[in-house]
Amino acid sequence: MWDYFKLIALGLVAVLAAIAANYARDLAYMVNAIEVMLAAAIAFIWVLRTMGSASAPQNEYFDDVVRAGVIATAFWGVVGFLVAVIIAFQLAYPALNFEWAQGYLNFGKLRPLHTSAVIFAFGGNALIASSFYVVQRTSAARLFGGGLGWFVFWGYNLFIVLAATGYILGATQSKEYAEPEWYVDLWLTIVWVFYLVAFLGTIIKRKEPHIYVANWFYLSFIVTIAMLHIVNNLAIPVSIFGSKSVQVFAGVQDAMTQWWYGHNAVGFFLTSGFLGMMYYFVPKQAERPVYSYKLSIVHFWALIFLYIWAGPHHLHYTALPDWASTLGMVMSVILWMPSWGGMINGLMTLSGAWDKLRTDPVIRMMVVSIGFYGMSTFEGPMMSIKAVNSLSHYTDWTIGHVHSGALGWNGMITFGALYFLVPRLWARERLYSNTLVSWHFWLATIGIVLYASSMWVTGIMEGLMWREVDSQGFLVNAFADTVAAKHPMYVVRALGGVLYLVGSVIMAYNLWATVAKQPRVAAASVAAVPAE
Amino acid sequence: MDYHILREFADSWAMLALFAMFIGIVFWAFRPGSRKTHEDTANIPFRHDDKPACQGGGCQDGRCHDDGATL
Repeated sequence: MWDYFKLIALGLVAVLAAIAANYARDLAYMVNAIEVMLAAAIAFIWVLRTMGSASAPQNEYFDDVVRAGVIATAFWGVVGFLVAVIIAFQLAYPALNFEWAQGYLNFGKLRPLHTSAVIFAFGGNALIASSFYVVQRTSAARLFGGGLGWFVFWGYNLFIVLAATGYILGATQSKEYAEPEWYVDLWLTIVWVFYLVAFLGTIIKRKEPHIYVANWFYLSFIVTIAMLHIVNNLAIPVSIFGSKSVQVFAGVQDAMTQWWYGHNAVGFFLTSGFLGMMYYFVPKQAERPVYSYKLSIVHFWALIFLYIWAGPHHLHYTALPDWASTLGMVMSVILWMPSWGGMINGLMTLSGAWDKLRTDPVIRMMVVSIGFYGMSTFEGPMMSIKAVNSLSHYTDWTIGHVHSGALGWNGMITFGALYFLVPRLWARERLYSNTLVSWHFWLATIGIVLYASSMWVTGIMEGLMWREVDSQGFLVNAFADTVAAKHPMYVVRALGGVLYLVGSVIMAYNLWATVAKQPRVAAASVAAVPAE
Repeated sequence: MDYHILREFADSWAMLALFAMFIGIVFWAFRPGSRKTHEDTANIPFRHDDKPACQGGGCQDGRCHDDGATL
């Protein structure tokens, strides 16, 4: 019965999307409508072909969706890093903004494609897949909602495709990290609500008396992102058949809402969610429980209470009232404490097992990621101090800071989780090659070091050049002077990106070979189906 | 309910309530006897790797620390 409703709904969506494509007022909207139409049609056929098949057994975990998520994570990771390398070279050599691709593949168009690909496509898929894996294991229950996990996975990836094609064709509301236009935002809201239902439903039907700390972090990520996404994307579309919309907020209120969103996207997407990964995968890979469970509780609540206030530090010396920017600065500095509490908890989980660092490249990756978490959560509060910010803001220092966090912390912990997950999900005894993991580890680490150090140099240099005045009080440097001076560092940064990209390609090969070139492990760990 | 009333409420009672809640949570985490609970909870990841815990009547108290003797 339920399948008939699904068919009717999907058929309606396909027809409405076709009508919308016909009436579209701009190219981006038309292409997006066609994409929705195709997605609905494919889903329609899929539902039709699988109608009436037996429902999945409750005594197994729902791992198909996690496997799909792992593949999507690796795929989007390589794509995102590739776009990253392209735009890094575009900055170093402006001639790479080709004339024939003007308006489509120049830096301004590709930059949001890069940020969304790495944060939302790579990071988001990693979070959804790992959260589905972790919540099932730590709740000792199958994922709630039957095939709901599939809706979340495909719905989220449709969101990514809609956003990405929209950017290239010019649909953007120009809010950093919140570029997708109104209808894409609405779609993500629907997907996200069902993500919450699937996750929370699994927790509610858990067989363990307590909710493991990783789930607390994942849950705060899901709930807070929903709140941030809705408030920051309040907009009124100009036409229901066009991509353009107008923001509800204006002026400094809009700016503050944007950075309340922006910084908490860092706090709850890139920190809280990934801490959920840390609290599960580091203990599992180290084969010992987390160092201090009490500390993890304090860590969680301190982080939750503090992060939400830190946004105003993105708006120092602007139209924002002084008290607000001081509040943001103070809260950011206090935030240092829970961040390092979490870092210590993660690192000390290895106490008594430090020898694993020598033998297990996967745990090495996780430890380095926690190290980068510690470094960037020290650097961040420091940069939020007004006096430091007056030098660092608008310079490449910020870019370097973001990337030591994103490449070091988010990237490395995700790679560690992927290396952990693939042999288990596909029932292989071990990874195809630990040597290749080591290669990935060193390429990525050296790449990050090149990236961060070149951005420190160029950031502080341009900050100092901007404020340099002569004895008469005139500015010494034109903006173009700083651009010229930065060239060598931009080349180094791009090379760092190349190393990181090569590492991720090696990972993709290694993961593929783990599944394709190794025999399946028999019995034991693969759940036997009981005779009933 | 204009901005100023909300703002005054936010930096007085709301702040106090949130702060008290946080202190309460910390004390709760360190309450006597919590060690055993926390040790048990910290070991959750090492229990149900391969399949969910037994469903239905198999586990009366909701706990299922079996060693594979489910179903």
